[in-house]
Amino acid sequence: MFIINCPYCGERDQTEFSCGGEAHIERPKQPTELSDDQWAEYLFMRKNIKGIQFERWNHIHGCRKWFNVVRDTSNDKIHAVYKIGERPPIK
Amino acid sequence: MSNNLRINKNNFIDQTVRISFKFNGKKLFGYKGDTLASALLANNIHLVGRSFKYHRPRGIMTCGSEEPNAIVQIGKDPALTDPNVRATEIELYEGLEAFSQNCWPSVNFDIGGINNFLSPLLPAGFYYKTFMWPASFWEKYEFFIRHSAGLGKSPTKPDQDLYDHQYVHCDVLVIGGGISGILSAKLSAEKGLNTILIDDKSYLGGSTIYQDDDIFKINNETSNVWLKNQIEKLKKIPNLTIKNRTSVAAFHGYNYLLARENLTDHLGAHERKGKIRQRLLKIRAKKVVIATGAIERPLIFSNNDRPGIILSSSIKKYIDYYGVKTGENISLFTNNDSAYETAISLNKSGVKVKVIIDIRENPSSILSEKIEKAGIKILRGHTITNTDGYKRIKSIDVMKLSKDGENVVGNKTTYKCDCLGISGGWTPMVHLFTQSGGKLKFRKNDNVFIPDENKTPSEQISVGSSNGDFELDDVINNTVKNIKIFLGLDKNDYENLDIKCSKEKQKRNIWLLPSDKPISKSKPFLDFQNDSTAKDVKLALREGFKSIEHVKRYTTTGMGTDQGKLSNMHALGIIADTTGTNMGELGTTTFRPPYTPLTFGAIVGRNVGKFFDHTRRTAIHDWHVENKAEFENVGQWKRPWYFPKNGETMYQAVQRESKAARESAGILDASTLGKIDIQGEDASEFLNRVYTNAWSKLSIGKCRYGLMLNEDGMVYDDGVTTRLGENHYIMTTTTGGAANVLSKLEDYLQTEWPELNVYLTTVTDQYSTMSICGPNSKKIIKKIIPSLDLSDESFPHMSFKNSKIDNVNCRIMRISFTGEQSYEINVQSNYAKDVWERCIEAGKEFNITPYGTETMHLLRAEKGFIITGQDTDGTLTPSDLQMDWIIGKKKYDFIGKRSLYRSDTIREDRKQLVGLLTDDPKEVLEEGAQLIDSLEKPIDMLGHVTSSYFSPNLNKSIALAVVRSGKKLKGKKLIVPMENKNINVTITDTVFYDKENKRLNA
Ligand SMILES: [Zn+2]
Repeated sequence: MFIINCPYCGERDQTEFSCGGEAHIERPKQPTELSDDQWAEYLFMRKNIKGIQFERWNHIHGCRKWFNVVRDTSNDKIHAVYKIGERPPIK
Repeated sequence: MSNNLRINKNNFIDQTVRISFKFNGKKLFGYKGDTLASALLANNIHLVGRSFKYHRPRGIMTCGSEEPNAIVQIGKDPALTDPNVRATEIELYEGLEAFSQNCWPSVNFDIGGINNFLSPLLPAGFYYKTFMWPASFWEKYEFFIRHSAGLGKSPTKPDQDLYDHQYVHCDVLVIGGGISGILSAKLSAEKGLNTILIDDKSYLGGSTIYQDDDIFKINNETSNVWLKNQIEKLKKIPNLTIKNRTSVAAFHGYNYLLARENLTDHLGAHERKGKIRQRLLKIRAKKVVIATGAIERPLIFSNNDRPGIILSSSIKKYIDYYGVKTGENISLFTNNDSAYETAISLNKSGVKVKVIIDIRENPSSILSEKIEKAGIKILRGHTITNTDGYKRIKSIDVMKLSKDGENVVGNKTTYKCDCLGISGGWTPMVHLFTQSGGKLKFRKNDNVFIPDENKTPSEQISVGSSNGDFELDDVINNTVKNIKIFLGLDKNDYENLDIKCSKEKQKRNIWLLPSDKPISKSKPFLDFQNDSTAKDVKLALREGFKSIEHVKRYTTTGMGTDQGKLSNMHALGIIADTTGTNMGELGTTTFRPPYTPLTFGAIVGRNVGKFFDHTRRTAIHDWHVENKAEFENVGQWKRPWYFPKNGETMYQAVQRESKAARESAGILDASTLGKIDIQGEDASEFLNRVYTNAWSKLSIGKCRYGLMLNEDGMVYDDGVTTRLGENHYIMTTTTGGAANVLSKLEDYLQTEWPELNVYLTTVTDQYSTMSICGPNSKKIIKKIIPSLDLSDESFPHMSFKNSKIDNVNCRIMRISFTGEQSYEINVQSNYAKDVWERCIEAGKEFNITPYGTETMHLLRAEKGFIITGQDTDGTLTPSDLQMDWIIGKKKYDFIGKRSLYRSDTIREDRKQLVGLLTDDPKEVLEEGAQLIDSLEKPIDMLGHVTSSYFSPNLNKSIALAVVRSGKKLKGKKLIVPMENKNINVTITDTVFYDKENKRLNA
């Protein structure tokens, strides 16, 4: 069970958060202009990698804010936490 | 042979407090400080159980949590009986009653013992192979297998004991109270760090605390005396917490650990009353020191499982700690020096050691010299080839090993004995280390897997024998050196101790010891609890299994309640030898939590009965209770299900309620619907994006039904939203969907559309809602609020007005989920019960009838209104629900819009919502029943019934269903196959009642 450093509240137990999957998948601005394949790419395709992954998390039992987390899925180490709309602090 | 094997030695047992207990019905005595195992051994009882597969007699083999054989059932009380308890761990208390497991009718005469003679028929994978036989055979085998398998018996009544959970935080957690744990805890606490020391025993000091031989000295004191002084000093440090009888079950990432603290299992029944039995500690530690020690390995030779064969270090503990002789004529069999320590202890206590068989050629050390001086015979380079005795070992056969260790040579000598100590070296307890993500490395010279310091998760360290240090000087010096770095300490008292101990000179290891008989005729047990032998592992390899994980499952090696603590290393060794692989490359099986079994009680803690989950009650709940409502759980809510009168059945009550609602007036507590207050200048635009239909043109004071989709185009939730002001809406959601809808809306606002100025507030609990429906609803509202203009012109269907009942503000919405003219009153929850009672009072002359969820479901089904989650399941689009009218075709975008014309969502043969009428109008379908169009095999499943009722207003059975290509199939006959009949149905419209919606304004 990790400890997550909410950018608004500070360090809290993982039980206060829920994970929203891969980060930086922007909803297309003009969905109607996309082909089925392009829309499916947005809708369904996720990397789910072993290693450094960029994820969305929600402090659902706290401030209810969404933010981004850089987590190594192989050992659950969190390398960075940053707010929605910000660029990832590491590559 | 005498039946009291207790010696009068200064040991750790309080021989002034006699404790009586029962084993298999026989009354026996022990002393305070005994475990059940030590007390049984003192009574010369070795045979405690039968093995799992062959039902061979098995005896106490260890003195700790690795015990594979001495697994007992404690107590007979159907609520309190405790299965699978290790006799080596449970402390003796007055009145303890224990029973052998896995034997029938008794441990001395066991019918399953016949399996022993059938063993050639029960090879590795026997159960798997059996299951491959025709399925009909299973019925015949099931009885036999179920009776002979299985360990203890579960309690049959609810557990009456109290369990607790506690969150614990500390700077440093030290796991293990042996010498390395004691030193670590003391160094940590002396630095001022908030330290917790956990040990699973009732005392501290590990095996050093009874190491009283003068070969082992620290600063000129014997090691036990020196350690005892350290413990006394340790106990006085204020920022140190010691938790005895506490076992760490799991070590998760971020130094989060679970430990079970036993609080009453060692107490007599009368002392337990009102106390918490076990506490689950949820520990978050800044740093963790693993000092879990090592356990001794057995040796693998033919018939190495007889009662009386005990790990050598356990024999030492029974004599030195408990003052119990495990036999009167003991031999020892070893591949390392620790058996010599046992011999010294036995010799000092006056127990005859007949012979020590050592597989090494030249094991000379301080220890062996002392043994030889005492006149004990050592057979070097020898092995045991077989043992004899059934319920207790009687003798051993000894032969010389060939140079390469693969064969035996020379003559066989037989030695009589009543107890055999075996030692195959030591295995560091790395379970917690690997659970936390650490990786192991293999040390070849003594065949151990130890923590790889380069692959150790941060903020933890392994010390002592769990880190592969087995000799006193190494344990102390390395622990002190490494803890100093780990905790950033300055100089300390332990850095220049004068330590004296024996050093092992020679090592030799043979995983499977040779015999003069071929392996096919021998029984070298590997996993004592699961009865798997070295033969089984070799057979699995011959049959093509390669991965250690597969061999483990196929042979069940390491799959008992001891999780292979004794057997895993040998299984690996034999696989490596047989396949010619390097053990380091083979890897280990995965160590999973818990380290030792946890009770369900400890896991659930206080979350039982009414504390299992939160219960939400509406503000009107007490009225429902007073009026004899039956309740239904909807999520965490308690909702009135129906209100039976004069002994009515549910069916009768619902028929009456439904009729009354349509003929005169009904009232429903709809407070559980989710309510979200939406404000902000972009509120209308926001609703446009989240609902499928258009919202910008909804004028203030009007209500609109909305459907919310997921991005995949599937219906997610629905409800009515009302425009309260220019930038102010109140949205209702389904009862079950409320929390998720709010989260979803917040997600979009924060991440996709941060430019929108919208605020969301959940007000589900703040407002209560009562819905009054039926032709007389208007008259009832008029009586309660005479000033309100209720004319259809001023207050039409799908509109809202602010009003007051006395001084209480209320929102009145004219919306309908029943198809009848109806009004919803929303008031602040603390006034809700009063307003409800006024409605009941005002409605009396119109026979106002309170109804529950069941009638609500029936009334809406008559109108063909869907319930999301009942008629939908996350795979239906609005079009599938025949609700194309609600899609704002002109809207550029909304959540899920693009998905509505994906190739898959426009397929015409999707499952679609339809109505169903049974040919026999009295026949009511079962929800979930399948729909087919022909009884000819193979039968094609076309869909299923989602809602079904007998409609009192139509006097016939009605149902909703999802059916493949349903939209096109109106009028088609289908079949609902049931267990004992086939029901004929016809596909219809989804609207059964008042298709023209005349009643909304009736
Ligand atoms: Zn937060």
